[in-house]
Amino acid sequence: MKKKMMKGSAMILSALKEEGVNVVFGYPGGAVLPLYDHLFDSNLKHLLVRHEQAAVHAADGYARVTGQPGVVFATSGPGATNLVTGIANAYMDSVPLVLITGQVPRAFIGTDAFQEADITGITMPITKHNYLVKDADQLPSILSEAFYLASTGRRGPVLIDVPKDIFDQEGHFIYNRKCEIPGYKPTYDGHVGQISRAVKAIKNAQRPVIFGGGGLIRAGASEVLSKLVEKARIPVILSLMGLGAYPGDIDLYLGMPGMHGSITANYALSEADLIIAAGVRFDDRVTGKLESFANNAKIIHIDIDPAEIGKNVKIDIPIVGDVRVVLEALFQKLQPGHTVEWLRQIENWKINNPMPGVLKSSGGTVKPQFVIRELSRLSKEETVVATDVGQHQMWAAQHFIIRKPCTFLTSGGLGTMGYGFPAAIGARLAAPESNVVCITGDGSFQMNIQELATAVNNRLDIIIAVINNGYLGMVRQWQDMFYNKRYSHTVLEGNPDFVRLAEAYGAKGLRAKNEEETTAVIKQALSEKGPVVIDFVVEPEENVYPMVAPNCPINDIIVGSDQL
Amino acid sequence: MKHILAVLVEDKPGVLTRVAGLFSRRGFNIENIAVGETNNPGISRMTITVEGSETIIEQVIKQLHKLVNVIKVSNLSEEPSVMRELMLIKITAESGSRSDIQQIVETFRGKVIDVSPESMIIEVTGNEEKMEAIKLLFIDFGIKEIVRTGKVALLRGTRITSES
Ligand SMILES: Cc1ncc(C[n+]2csc(CCOP(=O)(O)OP(=O)(O)O)c2C)c(N)n1
Ligand SMILES: [Mg+2]
Repeated sequence: MKKKMMKGSAMILSALKEEGVNVVFGYPGGAVLPLYDHLFDSNLKHLLVRHEQAAVHAADGYARVTGQPGVVFATSGPGATNLVTGIANAYMDSVPLVLITGQVPRAFIGTDAFQEADITGITMPITKHNYLVKDADQLPSILSEAFYLASTGRRGPVLIDVPKDIFDQEGHFIYNRKCEIPGYKPTYDGHVGQISRAVKAIKNAQRPVIFGGGGLIRAGASEVLSKLVEKARIPVILSLMGLGAYPGDIDLYLGMPGMHGSITANYALSEADLIIAAGVRFDDRVTGKLESFANNAKIIHIDIDPAEIGKNVKIDIPIVGDVRVVLEALFQKLQPGHTVEWLRQIENWKINNPMPGVLKSSGGTVKPQFVIRELSRLSKEETVVATDVGQHQMWAAQHFIIRKPCTFLTSGGLGTMGYGFPAAIGARLAAPESNVVCITGDGSFQMNIQELATAVNNRLDIIIAVINNGYLGMVRQWQDMFYNKRYSHTVLEGNPDFVRLAEAYGAKGLRAKNEEETTAVIKQALSEKGPVVIDFVVEPEENVYPMVAPNCPINDIIVGSDQL
Repeated sequence: MKHILAVLVEDKPGVLTRVAGLFSRRGFNIENIAVGETNNPGISRMTITVEGSETIIEQVIKQLHKLVNVIKVSNLSEEPSVMRELMLIKITAESGSRSDIQQIVETFRGKVIDVSPESMIIEVTGNEEKMEAIKLLFIDFGIKEIVRTGKVALLRGTRITSES
């Protein structure tokens, strides 16, 4: 333990060093001038974004890939409020972040001073915890608590608001990474009795499925999951947040469940007699109509957050704990049941219900699903995919084969358009050996398109695949299906020429309008350096199927438009 | 059903806002809340009365636990406990009605704590029913103003709601 006098700014940079932080995403301003002044002489890498929202998403992408907290700096007032969407996004998807905002000097707090915003008040419901620093002496313990809270238990964003004068105030710097917080004691080991009940349930089950989510990825539970699946021969379903926790190209993998899930996954959940739910939260997009969800099944629910257990769905065997630790314990005692017949049934479902929409397009155009499949086929195995939100996101989830954890970054809980591209920037810094592909839409890309400057300036090798359908496609699809095709404000007239726009920023711009061009430009993009924007002009009115209409049972599936 | 929760919290800035914010955000209804110091420095105790089914209360308790500044949550309605509330009530009291008022106050073991030519202030402690009963009796005299502290409660016997 070291103890010395330091200014607030220096304490922050020293704490980041102690925490092993390699990069900060941020944007300067008046209230953080002293911090940025210290940064000027520091060897800490800082990535200057072009909008604070992008800083949070980039830090989020970085955190999802590395598992370490992403760090953000922003100034007071508008700088801080620009973070809000990104924070809410990270909170919903349990992503560890530490955000440091400047605040007006202590003497001005509460006076509506220039660029004052109550960011701790604003972010209270969307952070795991937050702090307003009152004295430089508090900074070391607050910083270590923030990193500890963000990266343990159920992960999440933690914000520290620092009044400007505290950056310059001298205080005692004692940094202790181990901290004791009386009201914060996550449970890691599952309850032994419940684990035994789970073992028995698995042994007796005839039609078991594993339903895994983002918790598997945060807990690093992929390996033990694979071992367990292999031994017990239980099929696996992964939520959108869980994609990659189990290899997407293995027979026992059934796909994603819910609204745009695979038919097999939805049938399996509906017919199962045992669901082993691990690190999921039974979101409405997964369960469909709650009353008819998994009526035939006993449910084992493993989660680090006790509040998730029993929140939406009634649970038979609750196990609070770290998903990896609990699965290890389950694996040790596992007694496989007889699943051969069930697996045969599932194989039949798979054969009879392939993913719709992969047919070749007619008349020299290209279908969006084809683009995704080509991206998947041609990218190397080590690829991180970041998506935006909309139809392209669902097609990416359905058709891009994700084989490894922490390689599929998507805004699951909040559904934030504008997430994908900055998240890809964060991923680029986090995974230098991988390809990074951002799958975005013509709508979503324009929500953070300014980050092309960041990507060009830092020579970041990112492929930005714009699935350009000329629409806010997902909303148009709902208007098509549920609002008599009245396309109210979902036509994106006035879209820029994405190729020329990319070029204006100094990035490479490519375009593909049919299948041959699609294959060719992807190959070309993979060989380019720096950011490459590919404008895939796809069939404009393609819809995402299969689809379970909102609040319908998940085995009530629409597979194509002729069924409407 | 009504539940009385004893919530031990770190005495940190904003902790009341966090608790109140949690209730409004998750759509839980606080009927009643009383906050004060405890015998442990740095720890405050909130007594919160909430209305809701078993499942709702379970969620309330779990969500409260997730707040970093919350140390312990106990549902006192599930165990033998004593509960009290204090009410001050200002009523119209002309000289003619004073002795009637005095009698009611005595029956309910209340106290007259202020007298002026036209009004009196009465202090009553007790449970919900007692408060309601005395209010009812005073209506005819004319209630000018009421203030209540909110309920506080403790487990009966030697057991305590500790921080562990
Ligand atoms: C910030 C934000 N605003 C609005 C929405 C609602 N919304 C969901 S999908 C979507 C359309 C997305 O369009 P695009 O990015 O072109 O993707 P597409 O569905 O066409 O593939 C919209 C507007 C949202 N999710 N996020
Ligand atoms: Mg679109």
